[in-house]
Amino acid sequence: MSNVFIAFQTNEASRGIVDAIVEDNPTASINEQPAMVRVDVPGSMTIKRETVEEKLGRSFDLQELHVHLITLSGHIDESDDEFTLSWN
Amino acid sequence: MQIDLRTVSITPVRQTFDHVARRIGPNKTASRYQEGVLDVQANANFHYRPTWDPGHEIFDASRTKLVMADWYAFRDPRQMYYATYTIARARMQETAEADFEFVEKRGLADTFAADAKRRALDLLVPLRHVAWGANMNNSSICAYGYGTSFTAPCIFQAMDQLGIAQYLTRLGLLLGDVEALDEAKAAWMDAPQWQGLRHLVEDLLVIGDPFELYVAQNFALDGLLFPLVYGTFDTALTVQAGPTVSMLVRFQNDWFAETSKWVDATIKTAAAESSANAELVSGWATTWRDRAVAAIAPLMDAALGGDAPAAMTDAVTAFDARAAKCGLTL
Amino acid sequence: MTTTAAPKKLGLKERYALMTRGLDWQTTYQPMEKVFPYATYEGIKVHDWNAWEDPFRLTMDAYWKYQAEKEQKLYAIMDAFAQNNGHLGLTDARYINSLKLFLTGVSPLEYMAHRGFAHVGRSLPGVGARVACQMQSLDELRHVQTQIHSMSNYNKLYDGFHAWRHMHDRVWYLSVPKSFFDDAITAGPFEFMIAIGFSFEYVLTNLLFVPFISGAAYNGDMGAMAFGFSAQSDESRHMTLGLEAIKFMLEQDPDNLPIVQHWIDKWFWRGYRVLTLVAMMLDFMLPKKVMSWKEAWEIYAEENGGALFNDLARYGVRPPLGWQQACDDKVHLSSQAWSTFYQYQAAAPFHTWVPSPEDMDWMAQKYPGTFDQYYRPRFEHWAEREAAGDRYNNGTLPMLCQVCQIPMLFTEPGDPTRICYRDSVYDGERYHFCSDGCKNIFDHEPEKYVQAWLPVHQIYQGNCFRPEADPTAADFNPLLEVITWYQMNVGVDNAPYEGSEDQRHFRAWRQMTTSNA
Repeated sequence: MSNVFIAFQTNEASRGIVDAIVEDNPTASINEQPAMVRVDVPGSMTIKRETVEEKLGRSFDLQELHVHLITLSGHIDESDDEFTLSWN
Repeated sequence: MQIDLRTVSITPVRQTFDHVARRIGPNKTASRYQEGVLDVQANANFHYRPTWDPGHEIFDASRTKLVMADWYAFRDPRQMYYATYTIARARMQETAEADFEFVEKRGLADTFAADAKRRALDLLVPLRHVAWGANMNNSSICAYGYGTSFTAPCIFQAMDQLGIAQYLTRLGLLLGDVEALDEAKAAWMDAPQWQGLRHLVEDLLVIGDPFELYVAQNFALDGLLFPLVYGTFDTALTVQAGPTVSMLVRFQNDWFAETSKWVDATIKTAAAESSANAELVSGWATTWRDRAVAAIAPLMDAALGGDAPAAMTDAVTAFDARAAKCGLTL
Repeated sequence: MTTTAAPKKLGLKERYALMTRGLDWQTTYQPMEKVFPYATYEGIKVHDWNAWEDPFRLTMDAYWKYQAEKEQKLYAIMDAFAQNNGHLGLTDARYINSLKLFLTGVSPLEYMAHRGFAHVGRSLPGVGARVACQMQSLDELRHVQTQIHSMSNYNKLYDGFHAWRHMHDRVWYLSVPKSFFDDAITAGPFEFMIAIGFSFEYVLTNLLFVPFISGAAYNGDMGAMAFGFSAQSDESRHMTLGLEAIKFMLEQDPDNLPIVQHWIDKWFWRGYRVLTLVAMMLDFMLPKKVMSWKEAWEIYAEENGGALFNDLARYGVRPPLGWQQACDDKVHLSSQAWSTFYQYQAAAPFHTWVPSPEDMDWMAQKYPGTFDQYYRPRFEHWAEREAAGDRYNNGTLPMLCQVCQIPMLFTEPGDPTRICYRDSVYDGERYHFCSDGCKNIFDHEPEKYVQAWLPVHQIYQGNCFRPEADPTAADFNPLLEVITWYQMNVGVDNAPYEGSEDQRHFRAWRQMTTSNA
């Protein structure tokens, strides 16, 4: 199965987002690079608003992901509560 | 200029890029606006002709009848580049968001008088389609116009008009829910009083000359529509039922005041270039002013009743004065 | 008792649809084919624009809010970098040459993308697609402007940046990226979406930005790192737009498949050829190397691109022609390119150098089986000549490929000792190509590629001299005249790194920060 991935700039918000991804996607693997952190998951990955909010201790609009994103792969599906990347 | 470096300093080798220095003079520090727009568009040695327009180069000043010795004579008095643009709009949207939230939280839409609400819905919500046309037209001017200092603000204008269409959509949803949007679309397509304006907007969509389109859309149509709708009508509605709707269109009001400075500067520069240009632009402004007046008049009759003729006359007088100030003879 | 009924809570998708889809209409006073005149001539069949899935759902208010936040952060970093003389914290001034290549070669393409997406954002008849394209047009303006602003600080202190606009439209190797984008923008709107939205943004852009910008960070350039990563945050929206565009075309009509497949083949190859410059930046121009071109290619092309083409196989799409050759050539590309620029130092406005013995060891370790065999001997030979005060400069102009416009420097598939040549005859003239990929592109559309403004041809035709030049003068030096016409500061911009003004300045300025001398 192909990996989907997402990469963020290394910063405080990204730390919470990545923690949330790891919690909600047990097969996730983390790869730290200069100034950037990349997360790979086989098949599909879901980012849940609720988990990110819990990690950051504040409300979080999933569209705020765009501020910290560097790149990603896979088909996107977005709702108010979840952001999903997947390959068919 | 000296850059302080602890106790020593580095003297810059040069102040800016050559093409910017040629325009602003040697040994001057350029602004970010200047470096971000001046001569940024390619102007030589294009490799292929567009398959969609083989009669022209990729960027080709001859797409318009307006003749400029130097298209970078056009400058945006707001000195907007992407960062200053988004930061300015982010502030405006913050205000708009607070206004919408205030109206929503206090339930002001529900306490707004029913007949005033009807009046607002009937005039304002179909205008989202007009804004949409303006979005298309400014995207077109950005694509087919010449010179970055003229074309770059057009993509700002295009996206602003999309934003206006979206604020009008929210206004419709807030005052009348999804049905309000459907009713407005039906009126836009079929109600007799809207057909003149729809006809005009569709005619603008097929104008091939980017500068004529600029004059028709940004100067003539918006120059009459915005003062009448967001000025005269807004005031009348506030007198009738209080400022609720006025809060929901504040963005449009502030936006028109700001963007008019740029539109005026552009028209003025075009007209000042030569008497041929002044005549050409005056002709376009006259033609499209007359079309706009004819298209808007029935809407004002419906919205303002007996006050409409005087309001139209005032608006045209103000528009003609603005045109004269820009160096046009209408 | 309350009379306030809570308004229906709309979900993100529903709400976004009302904010975009509801806005347009079928025109009746003007025919739709006049309103959208470029929608059909490419042969792409679309039956239902409502089937377009919005790749992202940002209304303008949210766009302004998030983008302003990004811009404030970015310019704060840029200002701090300039105020603190951040350039003196770079690993080495050789690094700055990769930025020169970037500003002269890549930033003007961001501008072309801005205008191209404004054109396509006006031309496609579907409202969802148009809005996404217009937003990308605005983003691309952001990219060119943030790059200019970020590199403006370097331009004040270092050579080779000062005439980027003039050079992009004239200099021999800059016609490679220029012709690439001119090709895309002169194609129809659907082809543009496959060329830029899909092939470039989705398949190739990660190869440009991610390793290169990681390299900037690794070499101490916080300014370039900030604009690069910040641009990438928009790029993820652009990538999803490109992916939606191709899926949409393939789902609309089975007749679209062969057209789209040809565009995938063509634009993969066109883009891959442009990336030759990136391969060279990664392997030779970064003083502190973050990853090799081969490694970057394996991660971002073979692995991720592979996943993508597996996914698209359900539509009948196969990986692009030339894919395997690109994978095979990953062990040769950067060395062949750097060798070329080294030889033509006199005509390029950035500095070149022979890799140091440690750098050659790094290359040997990253490219076992090829670097020591084919390329090290050449670099060592040049190092010896330099040591003897006899640097090698190639004074003959190279033959260029009619399509990608790169000099004929690539070798035959499977034989790195023989230069690859292909040709075709069209309308009584013979045209030359660097590869099967470029020849295929030409053969499919010769009437387009015969128009190319080929720098070497133009030089020989006398079109690259200043008006006051006198080619009949006894002491006329055509090469010198051409680089003057390029507006290079002769002997400064185009000097070897060793002994250059950049090298001297960097050393002196850095010394000022650490000593009292």
